[in-house]
Amino acid sequence: MKLHLLYFARLRERFGRAEETLEFDASTAADLIAYLQSRGGVWAEELDGSRAFRVAVNQDIVTLDAVLPDQAEVAIFPPVTGG
Amino acid sequence: MKIQVQSESFDLGAEVDAMREGRTDIGAIASFVGLARDLNEGSGVAAMTLEHYPGMTEKALAALVDEANSRWTLLDVSVIHRVGRLLPGDPIVLVAVASSHRGEAFAACEFIMDFLKTRAPFWKKEETPQGERWVEARTSDDAAAERWR
Repeated sequence: MKLHLLYFARLRERFGRAEETLEFDASTAADLIAYLQSRGGVWAEELDGSRAFRVAVNQDIVTLDAVLPDQAEVAIFPPVTGG
Repeated sequence: MKIQVQSESFDLGAEVDAMREGRTDIGAIASFVGLARDLNEGSGVAAMTLEHYPGMTEKALAALVDEANSRWTLLDVSVIHRVGRLLPGDPIVLVAVASSHRGEAFAACEFIMDFLKTRAPFWKKEETPQGERWVEARTSDDAAAERWR
């Protein structure tokens, strides 16, 4: 399946990219996070659970057990700080 | 209902006038304006830059307003949030709520701000004498949103 990933704020800067397209058979958001963590370095540091992050699938915030549809837009970002 | 994400400033008086125009059923308009401060976490802040998630931001704000409409009888709601680089004293966010009576307008205005703080995808980066830093989310903001459950 194909996933379109977006990164925002601190994560965009640390990962050195705002977006990427992945061919990857993830069934849930947790599978995707585990895969990204396996890249090591900043990916492991930011996504191993020691720092809070949020995941949105097709622009709705979800929990890690959410199933990812094919062609999903998956955004990963720090807790929001607007207002 | 008006939901806008914009880099330009806004004028509270103009927004309230637009809400009132041609209507005689509104008994109360409660509004909130959030401003950029020159001090945060003990450091001077010379400027801040607001980043957002285009597309999701508008959707998340509309969902907050829908939720407020389902809880209270509201006559109109405006939410404006700025993005880009802002200086201390600049307005960041405006929420204005019109209703027949003040109770619903006050409550819905506070509700929308509390949920905007925890659900709308905006992030602030501050310029301080020690360099740039991303603002960390506050647990007190989660607590403020939690009390509406």
